[in-house]
Amino acid sequence: MSGASSPPPKPPSADDNAFKRELVALIPHLRAFARTLTGDPTAADDLAQDAMMKAWDARASYQMGTNMKAWTFMILRNQFYSEKRRSWRQSQLDQEAAERTLVAVDDPESPVALDELRLALATLPEEQREALILVGAGGFAYEEAAEICQCAVGTVKSRVSRARKALQATLERGGYARDGRAAGDAMRSILADADRLSSVRG
Amino acid sequence: MDAGVFGNRSNSVRVAAVYSMTSNSNPSRKAAPTGGPALEEARLRQQAIGVKLRHMFDEVVNEPVPDEFLDILRRADERPDGGA
Repeated sequence: MSGASSPPPKPPSADDNAFKRELVALIPHLRAFARTLTGDPTAADDLAQDAMMKAWDARASYQMGTNMKAWTFMILRNQFYSEKRRSWRQSQLDQEAAERTLVAVDDPESPVALDELRLALATLPEEQREALILVGAGGFAYEEAAEICQCAVGTVKSRVSRARKALQATLERGGYARDGRAAGDAMRSILADADRLSSVRG
Repeated sequence: MDAGVFGNRSNSVRVAAVYSMTSNSNPSRKAAPTGGPALEEARLRQQAIGVKLRHMFDEVVNEPVPDEFLDILRRADERPDGGA
């Protein structure tokens, strides 16, 4: 990860092609991670595209054979936070984005509990949310998540653990009840949905 | 699928059992935290949240990638090295 010797610029090579193949395969994952960070599909794709191009431009500093997924996720995350720092209105926009997302995913095919989970996720502190997403949904080991978030492994572990507890408490409380449904229904529909999803998967 | 039998079950069936227990109980009352069963239920709830979380993420992963992404990458390829 430390730049030892910077190779001179070179024309497209076999390495470039291999790099590009791997990068293209990672696009769906970058989009998913960006979606969870921004909460807004359009902003997420902008972010994922920026991260993809940053990774492409930095390909000379990437060691083929190392964990490219973690490397690109780290680039995407850094990009997200540096843009956020530049924009003082971001926290307000986040709120609006969260609301837009809820409308956007409001289709009959999508189980209602997913909306509730998204809402509950939005109430988590940022660093807890990203840690939980990386480990709980992205399939990263604690060590990889620590690398992506540039923090200690123990920090990731405690963030994930706090996020899990907070998420469950929020869902049990159902404090964001909408469509006239009673508070507390959130956890029940999550359980029903999880059951349905795991039966489908077999 | 009898919710009264607690033996060697798949996760999905255990989640279903907890679900039917919760939905049969009065929604205005909280289950009393009484050691083992309460802990087991908390564990199942965490498991259910995990399943949903992965599903939410995978839904985006499984979406078709917009053409824009590949177009941008292709243009980057054609761009003269270091040029504006």
